[in-house]
Amino acid sequence: MNLDNFVLLNTESSGFLASLNDQVNLGDMIVTLLTFLLLLALLKKFAWGPLMGVMDKRAELIASEIETAEKNRMESEKMLAEQKAELKEASATAQSIVESARKQSETQSAEMIEAAREEVNRMKASAELEIATAKEKAVAAVREEFVSLSVLAASKVLEKEISEDDNRALIEETIVKAGEGR
Amino acid sequence: MDHKDPEITLFENTMMPLTFNLSNVMMLIVTAAIVFIIAVVSTRKLALKPTGMQNFFEWIMDFVKGIIKSNMDWKTGGRFHVLGITLILFLFVANVLGLPMAIKVDGYLWWKSPTADPVVTLTLAAMVITLTQYYGIREKGFGGYGKGFFAPVAFLFPFNIIGEFASTLTLGLRLYGNIYAGEVLLGLLAGLMVSGPLGLIAGILPGMAWQGFSIFIGGIQSFIFVMLTMVYMSGKVVKNEEAA
Repeated sequence: MNLDNFVLLNTESSGFLASLNDQVNLGDMIVTLLTFLLLLALLKKFAWGPLMGVMDKRAELIASEIETAEKNRMESEKMLAEQKAELKEASATAQSIVESARKQSETQSAEMIEAAREEVNRMKASAELEIATAKEKAVAAVREEFVSLSVLAASKVLEKEISEDDNRALIEETIVKAGEGR
Repeated sequence: MDHKDPEITLFENTMMPLTFNLSNVMMLIVTAAIVFIIAVVSTRKLALKPTGMQNFFEWIMDFVKGIIKSNMDWKTGGRFHVLGITLILFLFVANVLGLPMAIKVDGYLWWKSPTADPVVTLTLAAMVITLTQYYGIREKGFGGYGKGFFAPVAFLFPFNIIGEFASTLTLGLRLYGNIYAGEVLLGLLAGLMVSGPLGLIAGILPGMAWQGFSIFIGGIQSFIFVMLTMVYMSGKVVKNEEAA
């Protein structure tokens, strides 16, 4: 084949196609076309079709993965917000519990101190009363003892009969004197 | 670079004789087989988490997707994805097949790049331009499709018609020219290298450099072919109001 073949067709020989074939190999043209179209059809069926299918499938997969990831992200964000709210609530509850416990303990301790103080006062009062009673008793006992001792001493010293009334007055006087002297 | 093509003609002396360059036939089938085997082996075990060759093919798919998206919106252009991937792989393999070697048997050239033949590249280009016409009609209807030839102003109609054929020619010949020139230069360097010890020394470095560069050209030309395919396609498919 040379470029000379592309001059205008020489129509001297018999028939158009025959003269065309003298210039250009018609057989080659047909073979070229058939080979290429056959290759195109075969590759489409056995190579490009499946390959494109896989590429499309991958694109779909990626799209769905992105969608899922987006959904998951939104869900986790929602959950995070919920958790935060719950945490806030829980901490508020905890604080209120601590507060009430503190208050309760304060009132309790105040009550206990009050009770203790009352108890002490009561005990003090009763102790004072007891002491006073004991003192009086002791004074009375001493006084009685003194009287009888005095009577005994007087009767022993005097050894004489005096009237009951004089005796009595004398004793009383002595007692008073003794009381003052103590 | 004097060689003969192993041609046979079927249906000789009938209304429709068909001449086959058996070298082209063989190389086209080899190209298609290589592309098919690589593609099927690479996509046999597909996983959602890609590894190895699957990564490479996904990269090619995304690359072609990028080409299409730079010309039209994906809703319109998605249907050309398969065409674009197949074209770019087929052309790249076809472009580089002739680089490692050329095999001649009894003066007949058997192993070469199939895209180093203008019939092959022009057939592919004509196929692409025909497809653009088909999708143009399908997308915009006959009215919209016909109106496209009178845009932007009516008197440009003949130029638009010529433009379609010019597109076909440039699309096919650009590819052919690049690959054929690469093979001619490689052939010359190879001839220099086998001419003698001095020739080997002189030719080995340029030969390696040119082979590397030819791989690059093969990739670039397949990319350009697919890119222009999508450019022409968008010119036909995209509605005028949306067209930039």
